Order: sequence, then C-alpha cells, then structure tokens
Amino acid sequence: MNHLSPEIRARALEIVALYPDARSALVPLCHLAQEQDGWLRPEAMEEIAQIVGVTPAEVRGTASFYDMIHLEPVGKYVISICTNIACLLRGGEDLLNHAQSSLGIGVGATTSDGMVTLEEAECLADCGRAPCVQVNHRYVGSQTPESFDSLVEKLRTGELSDSIPPHGTLIRVRRNVGSR
Amino acid sequence: MAITEAPKIVTSRMGYEDSHTIERYLATGGYEALRKAVKMTPEAVAAEVDAASLLGRGGAGFPAGRKWSMLRKAQTTYLVVNGDESEPATFKDHLLVERDPHQLVEGVLIAAYALQVTKVFIYLRGEFALGLERVQQALNDAYDKGAAGSDIFHSGYSVDVVVHPGAGAYICGEETALLESLEGKRGFPRIKPPFFPAAIGLYGEPTVVNNVETMSNLPWIINNGGAAFAALGAGRSTGTRLFALSGRVKNPGVYELEMVKTTFRDLIYAPVLGGGILDGNDLKAFIPGGVSAPWFGPEHLDLPLGQDEVGEAGSMLGSGSIVVMDSSTCAVRAALRITKFFARESCGQCTPCREGSGWLKRVLNRIESGEGREEDLDLLLDVCDNIAPGLTWPPQQTTICVLGPSIPSSIHSAILMFRDEFLHHVKDGACPYA
Ligand SMILES: Cc1cc2nc3c(=O)[nH]c(=O)nc-3n(C[C@H](O)[C@H](O)[C@H](O)COP(=O)(O)O)c2cc1C
Ligand code: SF4
Ligand code: FES
Repeated sequence: MNHLSPEIRARALEIVALYPDARSALVPLCHLAQEQDGWLRPEAMEEIAQIVGVTPAEVRGTASFYDMIHLEPVGKYVISICTNIACLLRGGEDLLNHAQSSLGIGVGATTSDGMVTLEEAECLADCGRAPCVQVNHRYVGSQTPESFDSLVEKLRTGELSDSIPPHGTLIRVRRNVGSR
Repeated sequence: MAITEAPKIVTSRMGYEDSHTIERYLATGGYEALRKAVKMTPEAVAAEVDAASLLGRGGAGFPAGRKWSMLRKAQTTYLVVNGDESEPATFKDHLLVERDPHQLVEGVLIAAYALQVTKVFIYLRGEFALGLERVQQALNDAYDKGAAGSDIFHSGYSVDVVVHPGAGAYICGEETALLESLEGKRGFPRIKPPFFPAAIGLYGEPTVVNNVETMSNLPWIINNGGAAFAALGAGRSTGTRLFALSGRVKNPGVYELEMVKTTFRDLIYAPVLGGGILDGNDLKAFIPGGVSAPWFGPEHLDLPLGQDEVGEAGSMLGSGSIVVMDSSTCAVRAALRITKFFARESCGQCTPCREGSGWLKRVLNRIESGEGREEDLDLLLDVCDNIAPGLTWPPQQTTICVLGPSIPSSIHSAILMFRDEFLHHVKDGACPYA
C-alpha cells in the first residue's frame, strides 16, 4: 500500500524523470509529500527513499538539513517573521515578540487549534518591506502589530485561502511540457 | 556625481503590472535576442558576453565570459542558475524572478546556447513560492512558443530547462553546496580544488554556475551588443547593476544604477533613491555588499558603486546590498544578529566556522545583555583571528568555503568603529539603546 496518493505519486515519478540521477528529486519529493500531509511523515520518507533509491535514513538525514522540510506536524499556516539585519533595523524583533504574545505561543510552536505555527526566519529576501513576513512562504508585506493581528484573523476565517494555500503546497503551477 | 541616464537593462518592464506575463514580454521585444542568438554561432554569442565584460552578480564578481571559456569543449556539461538569494539584505533576484521571469528564462536560454548544453537547472530558494510558479509558467510559455525544448526557433538546437526548488538553507547559495543540494544531498560545500564546478561540477561533469541577475542581463547584451554594455560604467565594472537598499532609509528598495557613476551618498540620500535617513537621524554606518562585507562609515559615502573601488577601500560590493544603520542603531546588537545568522547557517564541516561562530555569538550576547567584561573585546578579536588569521580583507581562508572567513567582518568592523559603545555596554551593565 503506497502512502502517497496516486496523483501525488504520479507527479513524483514525473519529477524523477527530469533528472539524470533520481536522487536529485529527493528534496522536490519532500515538498510534494508536504503538499499531501503538511509535513514529512515517516511513511512518506520510506516511499521517497524507495522512489529515489536511497535508504529512509538518508531521506531523513537530508531532509533535516533543510528548514522548510518539517519532520514534525505544523499548523495549517506557518508564519515566518524575519529578524535578520534589515528587519531588525525596522522592528522585526518587536514584531516577533508581539506575535508570540498575541498568538500565545513561543517560536517554533503551534497554536492549540492547529492553525498557526510561528517561526523566526533568517533573511527572506524581501528586506525592502521590513519587517518581512511570509505565510506558507507567500510574502504578505511588512506588518505592524495591528496588521499582524488582523492577518491572523483573516487566516483563521479562511478569507485568505485563495492566495495562501495550506502549508506544504509550495507550487501550484506545474510543468506541462513533459520530460525531454 | 549624479544619477545617470543609463538605460534600464534588467528593470525596463517593472513599471507594468503584468510584467511577468508572456503577452507583456512579447509586446516589449521579448525573445528577439534569443532569435538573434540562435542565428549566430555559439562562439559569437559567447564573444558578445566577453566583450560586455559582464561581471557575475552573485557576489564574487567573476567575469561571466571568462568563466564560460573555461569549460572543456565537447563534453556533457550543465548550466546551473543560482537563484538561492539568501545573503541577508539581498533582495534583487527576488524582483527579477517574480517580476520578469521571461527575461531570466531568455537569458538562461542564450547562455545555454552559447555553452551548447542540453540541460539547465534553475535553482530557486524554496521560499520563493510565487517566484517558482512564475518561472515555471514562463518556461511553460517558452516551450509553447518554441523558444525552449527541442529545435528552438528551428535552429536545430535543443535544450531542457528544469526549475528546482531549494528548501531553506543559506549555505546552498555557495555554488558547490548548491550542486550537492541539486544532487539530492545536504548542502555541504565541496573543497576547491579540486571541485571547481567548471572542472568537476554537477554529477562530476563540467558545470557553469551563474547568478539570476547575471543571466537577466544577457537579452539586452545580445540585442544591443557587448560593446554598448561595456560602454556603461567604468574600469572593470561595466553596465548597470541592481542595488538593494535597506535598513534605516526612507525609501528602501531595489535600484538599477550605472556602475561606478553613482556614489553611496547618491544611493542613500537622493530623493529619487533612498531619500535620506529615517526620522532625520544621522547615518552611523553602512554595509556596502551584504552582511559578509566589512562596514563603512560616513567617510566612505562618496565612494563610487564599483567593484574595484569598494574593494580597494577595504570591503566589497558583494551581492550589491547596502544596509544603512543610523544613530538609533546599536552596533553590538547589529553585529550580534549577523553573527547569530552565521552560527545558525554554518554547515558545520569546518571547526573554526562551526565552533567560532557559536563562541562569538555567546560572547556578543553576553555584552549586549550587559553581562560582558572588558576583556571580552580582546576575546572576540582573538576568536575572529582564529577564523580569519590576520583579519585582513579579503580574508585568509582556513575553511572549505568563505562563509567561515566572512563571520568576523561585522564584529571586527563594529569593534574598530564603535569600541566605546561596546565599553558602554560593559560599564553600564545594559544596552544603552534598550
Ligand atoms: C556562503 C556563500 C553564499 C552564497 N550565496 C549566493 C547566492 O545566494 N546567490 C548567488 O548567486 N551566489 C551566491 N554565492 C556565490 C556563488 O558561490 C557563485 O559565485 C555565484 O553563484 C556565481 O555566479 P555569478 O558568477 O554569475 O555571480 C555565495 C557564495 C558563498 C560563499
Ligand atoms: S566554512 Fe562554514 S559553512 Fe563553509 S564549509 Fe566550512 S563549516 Fe561549512
Ligand atoms: S533581512 Fe529580513 S527579509 Fe532580508
């Protein structure tokens, strides 16, 4: 019994075919598994290992190197607040502190309703709109404490679900030209 | 100095809301350069790029034409495009990827043709979710129009371009780490020599790695000629360049400026550029080229934005990212935040980098929180000296990659420029800015 759905698995095999060496697809497949599950489940690691021809331990070891691959469940929305230099100079740390008290969770934790995970990010390459915030790796522009709270409210009510897909769905535009 | 009338080479479409679409791209001359290129010989295309003297825009500033000519001919080779953009305060490739993905794709196809490679990977940092979608859409459109894939524009030349998502690791911007990552491994930099990508790159094959902005310049160069590009700027710094301005300025943003003709003062203070310091404060210091670079003070404001000019003054233009600190900025806190970043992102292969960054972070943290001692300043410099012996710039390399030797830059600069401020923290037992 496969863990990945037939649709996701088919897409995984298409991705593998793009590379001269199947192992290159390891990280893209981790993203794909997160699209299905929101995080990288052990069952998914096993299946990815089998698809790209390495051991599950190698999948885990590689995945753990990358911040965007989650080895534990996360909320439907992962909010990343940058506190690196350009954002620090524009109130990034204050915003992160506000977010913690407003959400009632620490950095790295998830709200009890499973909606929001809070992360302190390194530079997200949006330093012109500091402090920079991403939700599920979608830029939402610089935030004040007030706008942050209303952003969270909108996430909770589902108002933003068109522009911000649930955690794990990274790319909604597919390669449509086959493998060549 | 002044802001020149140089053409916008890579930002000409940014005024359009739909700059990322194939319709807008075609309506503004898109893919003409590629059509022209595939009618030339690959050597002639490479010669134009050589004539442009285009310096790589990823940070190291190596001439693109020269890099290409290092590839052994008649080999399976790969072109890999570096869109990892994660040097803190760098956000120019973000703009190019999201707002003009076709220009990037066309540039990539021109480079691929010049190099005669049949497979290209565009590696984009995973946090560029929208950018990944836009570039994939641009590629889908390019295939559809016959600009990519088999027999492009009936030239007989075929190439496949794959977009590869990263997954959050700064070190993967270093080219050999990027190749490891692209091979499905952890992003551990490889030791050079022997692992220069041009010799032993992706899957052990000769590989060219170029930055997103480097590629995005190619359509203009082919349309207008390398000489027209080289006529802009001065000395080794030709053409225009994207400068990402951030921190305590009124108008942070990405500005395309002619190289060398504009100064840091223009960039930071001109009303149409940075617009001056926030709240009418005074400039305290600025970082001229990403957080790996040593800091400059107000006395450096009149330096031109040129690679050699900044290098000779003791720092680097690096990724073209300028961070402005003002009189409200705590130098200790700024250095601490940058050091925390390096400690978090060190891949851990080399002891000076792994251990040194952790040490430095702890000592700086102690000073910032008011628990430091005067001797801590010497301790900081001592640890810095262990990572980059002599504390020269460019640094001596004791490690596999240059992340390690870049760690001392901010600390060394902060202590040289603001020693009193460190001592204040120690004497007052608190941060004077808190
Ligand atoms: C620690 C480190 C991080 C780097 N990050 C990036 C990056 O994010 N993007 C980039 O294009 N180059 C980065 N570079 C430079 C690349 O190694 C390489 O020089 C560059 O991609 C070559 O392209 P170019 O010649 O077109 O500039 C980094 C280098 C180091 C040492
Ligand atoms: S210098 Fe640091 S980041 Fe570079 S290879 Fe060594 S440990 Fe890794
Ligand atoms: S420093 Fe925060 S996005 Fe760059």
